[in-house]
Amino acid sequence: MKISFALNGRPRTVDVEPATLVSELLRENLNLTGTHVGCDTSQCGACVVLFNGEAVKSCTLLAPMLDGGTLTTIEGLSGPSGSNALHPMQQAFHENHGLQCGFCTPGMVMTAVASTAKNPAPTEAEVRHGLEGNICRCTGYQNIVASVLAGAAAMNAPAIGE
Amino acid sequence: MSNIIGIGAAPRRKEDFRFLTGRGNYVADVKRADMTFGVFIRSQHGHALIRGIDKTAALAMPGVEAVLTGDDVAADGLGSLPCGWGIHGSDGLPMKEPAFPMLAQGKVRFVGDMVAFVIADTLELARAAAEAVVIDYDVLPAVVGVLEAVRPGAPQLFDDVPNNLCCDWELGDKTAVATAFRKAAHVARLSLVNNRLIGNPMEPRAAIAEYNGGTGHYTLWTTSQFPHVVRFLMSALVLKIPEQKMRVVAPDVGGGFGVKQFHYGEEAVITWAARRVGRPVKWVADRSEGFVSDRHGRDHVTEAELALDENGKFLALKVVTLANMGGYLSTFGPNIPTNLYGPLLGGVYTTPAIYCNVKVVFTNTVPVDAYRGAGRPEATFVVERLVDVAAKEMGIDRVELRRRNIIPKEAYPYQTPVLVEYDSGDPMGCLEGALAAADVAGFAERKTASERDGKFRGLGYSTYVEACGLAPSRFAGRLGARGGLYESATVRVHPTGQVTVLIGTHNHGQGHETTFAQIVSEKLGVAFDNVDIVFGDTDRVQFGMGTYGSRSLVVGGAALSKASDKVVVKGKKIAAHLLEASEQDIQFEAGVFSVAGTDRSKTFQEIAGAAYVPHDYPLEILEPGLEEQAYYDPVNFTYPGGCHIAEVEIDPETGIVTLEKYTAVDDVGTVINPMIVEGQLHGGIVQGVGQALYENAVYDDVSGQLLSGSFMDYTMPRADHLPNMAIKTHSTLCTHTPMGVKGCGEVGTIGSPAAVINSVVDALSHLGVMHVDMPATPNRIWRVIQNAAMPQAAE
Repeated sequence: MKISFALNGRPRTVDVEPATLVSELLRENLNLTGTHVGCDTSQCGACVVLFNGEAVKSCTLLAPMLDGGTLTTIEGLSGPSGSNALHPMQQAFHENHGLQCGFCTPGMVMTAVASTAKNPAPTEAEVRHGLEGNICRCTGYQNIVASVLAGAAAMNAPAIGE
Repeated sequence: MSNIIGIGAAPRRKEDFRFLTGRGNYVADVKRADMTFGVFIRSQHGHALIRGIDKTAALAMPGVEAVLTGDDVAADGLGSLPCGWGIHGSDGLPMKEPAFPMLAQGKVRFVGDMVAFVIADTLELARAAAEAVVIDYDVLPAVVGVLEAVRPGAPQLFDDVPNNLCCDWELGDKTAVATAFRKAAHVARLSLVNNRLIGNPMEPRAAIAEYNGGTGHYTLWTTSQFPHVVRFLMSALVLKIPEQKMRVVAPDVGGGFGVKQFHYGEEAVITWAARRVGRPVKWVADRSEGFVSDRHGRDHVTEAELALDENGKFLALKVVTLANMGGYLSTFGPNIPTNLYGPLLGGVYTTPAIYCNVKVVFTNTVPVDAYRGAGRPEATFVVERLVDVAAKEMGIDRVELRRRNIIPKEAYPYQTPVLVEYDSGDPMGCLEGALAAADVAGFAERKTASERDGKFRGLGYSTYVEACGLAPSRFAGRLGARGGLYESATVRVHPTGQVTVLIGTHNHGQGHETTFAQIVSEKLGVAFDNVDIVFGDTDRVQFGMGTYGSRSLVVGGAALSKASDKVVVKGKKIAAHLLEASEQDIQFEAGVFSVAGTDRSKTFQEIAGAAYVPHDYPLEILEPGLEEQAYYDPVNFTYPGGCHIAEVEIDPETGIVTLEKYTAVDDVGTVINPMIVEGQLHGGIVQGVGQALYENAVYDDVSGQLLSGSFMDYTMPRADHLPNMAIKTHSTLCTHTPMGVKGCGEVGTIGSPAAVINSVVDALSHLGVMHVDMPATPNRIWRVIQNAAMPQAAE
């Protein structure tokens, strides 16, 4: 079936089997492999994307549910594809060594961006609670938490020149 | 040059950008033209005979390319999966080494054992075809625990391995230990279980293979920590493909922790299948599949005894362990609970006599092999738990008992009674540092505050050492290693003066692209941004043993350091010619070759240019080009270690253990990038905390089914389980590595389980609790509290 949605700021129409998971649509049909699949029980959070501004595990969405909606993946977070700019949250992960192997990172960043939109000045405990659905095996979470706190502060800092 | 970022600096990581923007290149991201998809059919039974496999229905489905089984493997004359270590028992006989077939040959020995491989045009079709393959099993009784497996009458996995005993291994002086025990004023005893773990790197294992019929070349992309070793083993022993016709690529790999440092049957089957079907074949493991096929870790049952004199000096240690190998010997399997365990039982103490006996046992479970720490967390757990038990029984403060037995800094190098000689260390310095950093002085007040809330609070110590930087080849060879354990690096200086390093280690999160670039930046005076590190591709990198055992910096970094030195030596010769000076008068510092005592100089870039444009060049004595290679084989292990202090609070109503504080003061030798070292410690500690509090691989002991087979059942540490940890280093320099480095990948995981469990036991000590097995789950702790409370309730 044909579905139309906004993907990383651009309108897209795709022809897809209705039973396709969004994680699969992105990775296999659209070659957006930044969204990772780390489990088969919707536990790990490596596949989190922004759907209509909400952090959603893309392995829990079927492709037809995207119709008419807005989807942002890690590739489109900092702007149109081709841009090499980093979103403030991505920059914060870089500055705070918030990633090691990088596999959970897209899901962590997308989750952090969505939660910061709802809670612009989170406490450390709130950040830890907010990451409960994202598993990282490398970092022990300490630098991820530091990254999210720094990223939240940066997202809410007035832009230079304002 | 202004952009030299050298040893001790903390530049942000070079590798971050591609990962942060979704442009990493993991194996599952790789696509090839005309690719097929493979699905492994795995045993649903813990132990069964295969009576027959009917592929007819599956092969009749349009789009199904092949269904391959053990019979096809045998018909093609392929080998089985080799074990890299051949250990010997106390009787001098070699371990029992039954074949580990790529696909089961007539019998399955664990749930997840591979029976067949189905290849089709799409993944959906391959899955459907796998459902259509009919396998006739004759189910046998299974045995999953080591104690049960060695009992008379237990199910036998192999006809020629009586009592499922692979090897009865020993180390140390049994007589000296027995004598010491007779003289002891006190003997502390402890029975413990080191729980089975599943490594679970976040990226599931995956592989894609392609065969070019025109050239006879194979390419395998695989989630591996050691692509050259995979190529070597497949080429020499398993598939017998000419090594020069095989390329193995391990691109970005999403975490390893040991789980990806073995040669897996899937790699061999897929490579072989790609030629059979004449199309590329891709397989990506589901997480559930990973749970029953990624090699597991730990799984020991141990009885340990420590003899002390009346002053609490350790006289002797005796340890008897049954170690679970699972259904087959994996690549490093038998090495882990023997050579990487027994030699660490000396810990940081002056214990003069040690004896260790390890029975290595087959069971109907996933093969057990190295998982972060690999043998050394198990040894540390035995020693550090036993020290606490002895302290409690003798009425000596735990820290005081450690102080009385710790090897003093002046005593290094220190020869232990169990093979290894520690070159350097200062465990007392780490202990004192940790006591201050953890605010142990303020603990009593915090405990009182917890008690006011109805909670129990405990403090736990782990003063430990490990052996890493695997490994001195000659030493390892004497212990049974069948390969070398050196590392190689090539420093390729381009005509522009920019540098590509080709190194045999593998980066899967450790930050090598950054750390290694810092070494080159410092040694050659080249800008940090002008150094790229290449790894993970046998067609680009000369050779390498890969990344495991905290070896990358220690062994690989040393090779890189040596190769960089060779570049400088050659550069000096070129500079001497260009500057019309004698080679002895050329100095090299911060990227500039100069004639001593003059202002005549050439930059590194100018020298590189001259090497590749040799118009004015000493061609009579020197080849053009500027590229040097070094292989480095260490002379000893390195011995990082330190002191970890955990502080927990327990809610007696629920049994929930909360880790409140965690302090680590570690000696990792020279620190190249403190940010990366701290990150390695964070992650390592949390994996140890996971073992202590959350993680447990549980099998049903009748059917051999894995009960903890998903993230719903196997508890991974999550962000809200943990406090911020306080990490410090207290370094002494390794005396035998070129830069004084010791390695830091595993220390966190080695020190932490004992610290956490010691804190849990301390919190419960007023109830008379002397030991708690891992993981200290709410269920387990609640029961311990209820059982301890029962006599009082009866009064």
